[in-house]
Amino acid sequence: MATKDAPPRWDRKMQQRLARGEAAALGELYDRFASLVHSLAHRVLGDERAADGITREVFAHVWEHPDAYDPKQGPLRSWVAALTHRLAVQRLRATETVALAHSGEGSTEELERKVRRASVAARADYIVTSMPAPLRAALELAYFQRRDYRQTAVDLGVTEDEARRRLRLGLQLLSTAHDSGAPPGAGGRA
Amino acid sequence: MSDAWRDAEDYEGHERHERYAEGAGEGEEVVPAQGGPGIPGGPEDDGPAQDGSGNDQPVNDGSGNGGSVNDDGMHGGPDDPGGGGTANSGPVSGDGEPPRIPMPRASVEDTGRPLPELDAAESQAVPLVLEHRVLKALLGAWALAACSAAETAAVEEHLGECGACADEALRLRGAVGLLHPVEPLDLDPGLRTRVLTSSFDRRPPRIPVPEWATPYDAETARLDALLQDIGDAEWHAPVRLRWFEGDGPTSRRTTVAGVIAHLLTVDGLVAAALGLDDPLTGEAAKAMTPASRTEAYWNSSHFPPTRSIRSPWRDQSHNIVRTVSFTGGSTGKLAVSYGDFELPLHDAMLDRAFECWVHAGDIAEAVDYPYGPPSPRYLNRMIDLAARMLPVVLAERRRHGLASPGGGRHLVGVGEPGRSLRLEIEGHGGGEWLIALDSPGAVGSAEREVAHIALDGVEFCHLAAGHVSPEEAAAGQLGDREAIRDVLFATASLSRM
Repeated sequence: MATKDAPPRWDRKMQQRLARGEAAALGELYDRFASLVHSLAHRVLGDERAADGITREVFAHVWEHPDAYDPKQGPLRSWVAALTHRLAVQRLRATETVALAHSGEGSTEELERKVRRASVAARADYIVTSMPAPLRAALELAYFQRRDYRQTAVDLGVTEDEARRRLRLGLQLLSTAHDSGAPPGAGGRA
Repeated sequence: MSDAWRDAEDYEGHERHERYAEGAGEGEEVVPAQGGPGIPGGPEDDGPAQDGSGNDQPVNDGSGNGGSVNDDGMHGGPDDPGGGGTANSGPVSGDGEPPRIPMPRASVEDTGRPLPELDAAESQAVPLVLEHRVLKALLGAWALAACSAAETAAVEEHLGECGACADEALRLRGAVGLLHPVEPLDLDPGLRTRVLTSSFDRRPPRIPVPEWATPYDAETARLDALLQDIGDAEWHAPVRLRWFEGDGPTSRRTTVAGVIAHLLTVDGLVAAALGLDDPLTGEAAKAMTPASRTEAYWNSSHFPPTRSIRSPWRDQSHNIVRTVSFTGGSTGKLAVSYGDFELPLHDAMLDRAFECWVHAGDIAEAVDYPYGPPSPRYLNRMIDLAARMLPVVLAERRRHGLASPGGGRHLVGVGEPGRSLRLEIEGHGGGEWLIALDSPGAVGSAEREVAHIALDGVEFCHLAAGHVSPEEAAAGQLGDREAIRDVLFATASLSRM
């Protein structure tokens, strides 16, 4: 969104406005986070309509339970992302469980692996979109444009040292996507 | 909240406070969750880097970018007949202790002698001797297959000796597998309304958005979503604004950013009427018509607008929706001045929704994106606004000799049925309207219908936006030709910059 790095003040005011029952606030919340929510849900579920459904769930949940978000616990953006992640993973596990029971093919271990893979992939997406732009730009050049770190340094107008540092730092951040075995705890109760 | 969600966010915070540069300055570990260096992996038998050939080249997801590393055959890959440990996909840690090989303290840098040329080193296959610190800093580039062959070999040599680096290397290589292209995501433009509606069903809002403001809310959101998708360069793509003046088409050249500046300044009329800040300041704020305000804004800066215009435009539109929600129904009749005419607030908001769609269409055309019409419900209201404005515009044009002098021949009292034209709009959002021809005060009357035109709703809107000329509008026509001509021209003259 236009103002991605919004100050926490925006988060606090948004929560107050939602709690007050201000319809326009939910519209603004949607405008800011819909594409984040939808893309995370889509990464987990791999299906447009299912992602639409999760998007509806997430915003309805925030609207119904505005107090579930505590601004002291962190940015609204990551809270919304965690909520989305949790609901989408829940949905995936539920549909896969039904499919497993129905077809009898596969195992619960495979199911759990699949759920975990989807969960990590979504978390990785979130980390990439949230990391500082200079790190993202370096990864973009080195990975997608296949530039080596010297070329990356030239492209970004930084020293080779700095290019190496950004690549390493970017990957370090990204690697934390693997860290949480359990679904994220935050995001309020559904 | 999981660490993953939080770490990335914390990082954002660091950057904001410019701690990003210093916090990570020395290439130290910044990720608390990272495996500590205390449990080094110690490949003793088939360790990845012992012979420089046991390690797969950086393969990630088959995108093929790992290939650059072994172009020169400096180390093993799947095709390397000498590569023994190809079953490993990375520098996998073994169970044992790492070999206690001391760090190569005497680095070339420390001797004071000039560093060997990299090319020379590679061509002579002289192994690079680098410090732990340097090698560690290279791990990210190594994992991405973005180092020179000599550096790659040096890193992999080091991984066999240093458990901490081997752990990190494994971790970073795993992270590379999580990178994938961001698929362009087009959210269904109708999803916003569905999300809001289903939320409000569950918990009715205490402060709703007035019904008449919802088309503006939806259309500004739709345009904003388009703007989110376009690149920096596209903000400067040329756009030709087209409208009708008098009886002929006219146009004005600007850019995508210039169009948003135009919307910002004209929406500013509504903002000003509501007591919000006018985006125009000083001398420029004296301009009152949409065109003069826009020109004043464009002229007030030496530089053409850039994508930075998006934020003030969006903030203002959000503020307008928010403000009318609070003032509720009471402000609906408040007059908004357009300089040479006025509209009640609820019609002005509808007009701004219409303009937002029309100009979003101009922008979409300029940057070659698809852009559909508003939802049928909103389209219907926009057409209704035009239909309601037509009798006034007809009278105005008659005064200026631009329409046939019907009023002189057919005097009609206020509130009485007058000669009428049936406007039949086909397609989604369509309907039928009876346009009183002879007086703004007259009531449209089926009994006194003298003409009938039928056209598609979007075509009608293009006409009202001045994008289609009255002669070319694809309209089925029946009845009084003069009345039909007057109404089509009056519709086109609703358009303005």
